[in-house]
Amino acid sequence: MNYYLTILIYMGINSILALSLNIIVGYAGQISLGHAAFYGVGAYTSALIATKLGVSFWVALPAAIVMTAFIGAILGLPSLRVSEDFLAITTIGINFVVQATFKYVKFFGGALGVSGIPFPSIGHHNLSLAEFALMTTIFTVLAAIITYWVSVSWIGLGLKAVREDELAASSSGVNVYKFKVLAFIIGSALAGLAGSLYAHFMMFITADDFSFPLSITILSMIVIGGIGTVRGAFLGAILLTILPELFRPLANYRMLVYAILLILFMRFLPEGLIGDESILWKKLTRKA
Amino acid sequence: MFLQQVINGLATGGIYTLVALGLTLVYGVLKILHIAHAGIYALGAYLALIAYRIYPNIYFAFAFAMVGTAIGGYLVQKYLYWPILDKPRIVPLIASIGLFLALEELYRLIWGPYVIPFPQKFHWKSYNLGHIRLPGSDLFVFALSLFFLFILYWIVNRTKVGLAMRAVSDDKEVAEASGIDSKWIIALSFIIGSALAGAAGLMVGVYYNSIYPTMGDVPAYKSLAIIVVGGMGSIEGTVIAGFGLGLLEALLIGYLPFAFPRDALAFIAMIIFLLIKPEGLFSR
Repeated sequence: MNYYLTILIYMGINSILALSLNIIVGYAGQISLGHAAFYGVGAYTSALIATKLGVSFWVALPAAIVMTAFIGAILGLPSLRVSEDFLAITTIGINFVVQATFKYVKFFGGALGVSGIPFPSIGHHNLSLAEFALMTTIFTVLAAIITYWVSVSWIGLGLKAVREDELAASSSGVNVYKFKVLAFIIGSALAGLAGSLYAHFMMFITADDFSFPLSITILSMIVIGGIGTVRGAFLGAILLTILPELFRPLANYRMLVYAILLILFMRFLPEGLIGDESILWKKLTRKA
Repeated sequence: MFLQQVINGLATGGIYTLVALGLTLVYGVLKILHIAHAGIYALGAYLALIAYRIYPNIYFAFAFAMVGTAIGGYLVQKYLYWPILDKPRIVPLIASIGLFLALEELYRLIWGPYVIPFPQKFHWKSYNLGHIRLPGSDLFVFALSLFFLFILYWIVNRTKVGLAMRAVSDDKEVAEASGIDSKWIIALSFIIGSALAGAAGLMVGVYYNSIYPTMGDVPAYKSLAIIVVGGMGSIEGTVIAGFGLGLLEALLIGYLPFAFPRDALAFIAMIIFLLIKPEGLFSR
């Protein structure tokens, strides 16, 4: 039972991550290969506030969200200067630099990471695993509602205009700078939420939890599910959480199978499983 | 001390440049970030290992590694990139990262996760130039990189094939309209780029006397930083950025008062550079 609850919690955290990256990459069209950095900023903020100031999870969580949104706005600034492939590589760089900073600066716990992060509690009652899973699910649903709202509101319109054609958008009066930074702020804030949940669930974090390969995994989730859609982000996050578990019996060949699957997906299903352009989704919506 | 670091920096810079050049060629013609290129580089080192076990001769090892990686590069573009070229940019990017992971896992499964020393120990002579010691290994790497650079320069700037490569990277449609077989030129860019990566892999295997499955990790990300600073697809820019990064790292490591990993330093330098000059050294 505990095993399944843990998987459920991971699924929730990964879904929030996929949804948040989807705002930056899927809606605003800014390729970010460093999303784990924002996740890490959220986790470290929450962990450090809770352990150094002794505050509870309920204070640390919003603080982490605000902090990550702020860092997201700053680290999103390069997107105003560089675009496309330049931005992709810059974000890889940001991921490496943030990870190295956590690992080599003593304030952040260095190579030992941060331990002794409190598990969330209400009053004197420590949350049980099931309660934590329920809380994660609620946050996941909230994140989904927020991203859905973003995608259908004027923000979503602005973001999509920037994605499709920056020049055309700016000449029709869309403030491209504002929307790019906004995408990074909202996306990072949600990543900060995921990071805080992760830190207080694991109760111990190190810099290597937020390395570049994780950024790739998050990106793979939204591409496999179907980029730019809430349902796609969910499906991708759930699949990429479960698959590695299902592959456990393969032991030594696990990563190889995973990598090959990634290649096959890109080669034969580049529109994602249920993206707007995918065969499956087109069939489903035609009937309805 | 200072000159010593410079020489060391030039040697590592030469290797960075060789790996990054392959990436530049590929980016020039296909506009794809070919991250799996670093997997090809590691393949070069392992192929050299096989060659050495068959017939212990360094020239044979070079030929074997370069031909093998050239074939590898050709297959990658034909069966992986070509069919997904018209998809959103993110698709070939993830496919490339997937391939890189798969290659590293394959090497680990075939040759084991540990570091394999190169089968022959080379006894490098050191040369003394006044107060400076010139390690033979550094000279070997530096001279060979210059040699390969010169060959590449000659192909790209002095041959008809090179002219076609430049034409395709400038404008594929117009090049095709003037009768250039762009499919073949793209394949050729992969072949040349991969052979260079194979040579670099062998040289690193010899230089550090170690070959291991994840040896491509560091060059993978570093050569990305190099081609960005060089201006994405510019050969001159890549050469300057490659040697520049080698020098910068060697000097920073030598004089920095606190410990910080080399790779992060490279990226900090890259980000600062890009914020000042977002289009790179030589924009195209």
